[in-house]
Amino acid sequence: MIKAFYIFTFVTYIKLYDPMIKTKGLRFGYDGEHRFNFPDIEIDRRGYLLILGESGVGKTTFLHLLAGLLRPEAGSIRIGETDITSLSQRKQDRFRGKHIGIVFQKSRFVKALTVEENLLLVQHLSGAGQDRDKVREILERLNIGNKAGARGSNLSEGQKQRFSIAAALVNNPDVILADEPTSSLDDKNCRVVTDLLREQAEQTGASLLVITHDHRLSSQFSNSIRL
Amino acid sequence: MNIYKLGIKNALSNPLSTMLSIVLMLLSIGLISLMFQVTRQLDNKLAGNIRGIDMVLGAKGSPLQLVLSSVLHVDAPTGNINFGEAKKIARNPLVKQGIPVSYGDNYKGFRILGTEKSFLELYRAETEEGRIWEKPFEVVVGALAAERLQLKVGSTFSGSHGLMENSAEHHDHHPLTVVGVLKPTNTVADQLIICNLESVWLVHEHGHDDHGTESGKAEQGEEPHEHQEEEGEHPHEHDEGHDHDHEHEHDHGQVPDEDREITSMLIKFKNPMGMVSLPRMINDNTNMQAALPNYEIERLSTLLSAGSRAIAFIAAVIMLVSAISIFVNLYKAVRERKYEMALLRTYGASRGQLLLAVMVEGLVIGITGFLAGIIFSRLGMLVLGSYVEESYRYALGNAGIMKEEIFLFIFTVILTIFATIMAAVPVFYLNVSKILAEDD
Repeated sequence: MIKAFYIFTFVTYIKLYDPMIKTKGLRFGYDGEHRFNFPDIEIDRRGYLLILGESGVGKTTFLHLLAGLLRPEAGSIRIGETDITSLSQRKQDRFRGKHIGIVFQKSRFVKALTVEENLLLVQHLSGAGQDRDKVREILERLNIGNKAGARGSNLSEGQKQRFSIAAALVNNPDVILADEPTSSLDDKNCRVVTDLLREQAEQTGASLLVITHDHRLSSQFSNSIRL
Repeated sequence: MNIYKLGIKNALSNPLSTMLSIVLMLLSIGLISLMFQVTRQLDNKLAGNIRGIDMVLGAKGSPLQLVLSSVLHVDAPTGNINFGEAKKIARNPLVKQGIPVSYGDNYKGFRILGTEKSFLELYRAETEEGRIWEKPFEVVVGALAAERLQLKVGSTFSGSHGLMENSAEHHDHHPLTVVGVLKPTNTVADQLIICNLESVWLVHEHGHDDHGTESGKAEQGEEPHEHQEEEGEHPHEHDEGHDHDHEHEHDHGQVPDEDREITSMLIKFKNPMGMVSLPRMINDNTNMQAALPNYEIERLSTLLSAGSRAIAFIAAVIMLVSAISIFVNLYKAVRERKYEMALLRTYGASRGQLLLAVMVEGLVIGITGFLAGIIFSRLGMLVLGSYVEESYRYALGNAGIMKEEIFLFIFTVILTIFATIMAAVPVFYLNVSKILAEDD
C-alpha cells in the first residue's frame, strides 16, 4: 500500500517535471536549397525560453512548426503528452486552438468585430465555451478593459499589442508562442511588453517561448539559445 | 459570437458593396416575381371572365376590340347591332344561350350594362343584399363598384354618357335606383352596374331628345316619370316576347324590340360544332361579326408574351449580374481578409468553418435581396393594381406567395451558394504559415 503510494507520487512527480515542450531532430525545407535543422529544445511547465537569431535563420519557421502550422520533414514535437506531428490537419487545428496561444509580430484581428467579440470568437473556435467574464477579466488585467467595445483598428499600437496578448491568453493555453513581440517597440515599451508576457504566462500557468532578433531581450531572459 | 454572426458582421462591415449586391438581387427578384404575379392574375381574371362565352356577336370591326369591350369591358365597343338579327342567330339550333348586352354609359367610370338576368347566372353572381332588378331604372351593383362608389340598396344616381369618367353629358333626368348588391365573383361582374336592356334604351331615347332641344329644359323634368309608368309593365311582356312570336312585341311601345339596338350578344354553343360553322356564316352572310374570345385572348397573350419574355430576359440578366456581383465582392473580401482567415485558422478554425462564414455572408446578401425583391414586387402590384383600377376599373388582387416564388427562392439560394463557393476557393488554398510570416 505504502509502496503503491510512493510509485504514484513518483509518477506524478515525473509527469509534473516532464517538459511541456520537447522537440527532437526537427528538420524543415521549403525547397531543395533552404533546409533548416533545428536544435532540440525543452521547456518546462511554467518555464520560458528565448530563441535569438538573425533574419533568415528560420526563427518564424521554427515557431510555426511548434504551433503545428507547418509539418516538419523529420523529427518530433511533443507538447504535453501529445506528439503534434502525428496529428491530422483538423486535429492539429483543434489542438492549437485549445493548448497554444500565439502572439504575432504584427497585431492581427478580425476588423468587422469589436475587441470583445474577437476574443469571444477565439474562445468559440477553440471549442471551449464562451465566457464573457473571463474576457473582461483578461482585458482588465491588460489595462484595455475600456476598449472592449472598440474595433481593433481604433486602438493605438501599444493597445493593439496588448490586444494580441489577450487573444493568446484567452483560452488558458499551456504554451504561449511569441513571434518578434517587441520588434516595433521602443526600449521602454519593449521592457513593458516582455514583463507583461512573462507575468501573464506565469498567471495563466503557461510555458513561454519568445522568438526574436531583438538583442535587448537577451538581458531580460536568463534562459536563451541562439539559432 | 459564432461563425454565423461573424458572417453577418463581415457582410455589414462592407456596407457599400453589400448594398450593391442586395439592390441587384432585389431588382431581378422583384421583376421576375412581379411578372409572375401579373401573369397569374391576368390569366385568372381572363379565364374567369371568358368562361361560358364561346362567341361574341357584335358590329363589324376588330374582333379583339369586340372581345375586349363586350367580355372584358375595357375597350370601346365596335358599334351597335340590330337586336332582331342577333336574336335570329341566337335561335340557331347550335346555340345554347345568347345573352344580349347593351352599354354606353358610366357612373364615375364604372360601366352601366343593360342585359338579361342570364348574365348574372353566367358569372354565378348572387345578390349579397337586396334583389335583382324588376323594372327599368333599377340596377344591381357589382361588389367592387358598390364598395368604390359607396352604393347601397336604395341609393340613387344618374349615369353619364360615354364610357370614360369625365364625360360632360349627364343623364340627370333618369336617376337609377340600386335594388341589389352582388357578392364578389372575382369576374367583370364585380365592376359593373347592371340593369335591364330597357333602362339603357330608355335613357338613350331621351338622351337623343335632349340633343334635339337643348338639354335641361324645365318641361322635360316630368317626362321620366311618365315613361317609367308607361314602361313599368314592359319587362314582363318582354320576357314572354322572347319565348313566343315577334308579333307580340310589335304590339307595345313606340319602337319594337326587334328594331332596337344592342351592343353585342354573348353566345354559348350547345356543342363545339357551332364554333366551326357559325362564326363563318355570320362573318360572311350578315353585317355583324363573330369573335371567339378564347382565340382572341390567345392572340393577345401571344402579342404580350413577347414583352413579358423581354422582361424575363432582362430580369435573368440582372440576376446573373447580381450573382457575379456577389461573387466579385466576396472574392475581394476573402482576399482582403486573408490575414484574418489565417489568424482564425491559428485559433483552431477549420476550413469548413471559414467557408461557412463566407457562405453566411453571401446568403445574408442573397436572402435579404430576395425578401426585398418580394416586397418590391408586392409594392409594384399595389401601384400597378391601383393604376389598372384607375384606368380600367379592374381590380388586381394579391395572389399571396406563389409556388413559382418558392422555386425562385430555392434557385436564388443555390445560385448564391454557388457564387459563394467560387469566391471561397482561396480559403482552401490558404497557406496559413506563409501569410502569417509575410509583412503586409
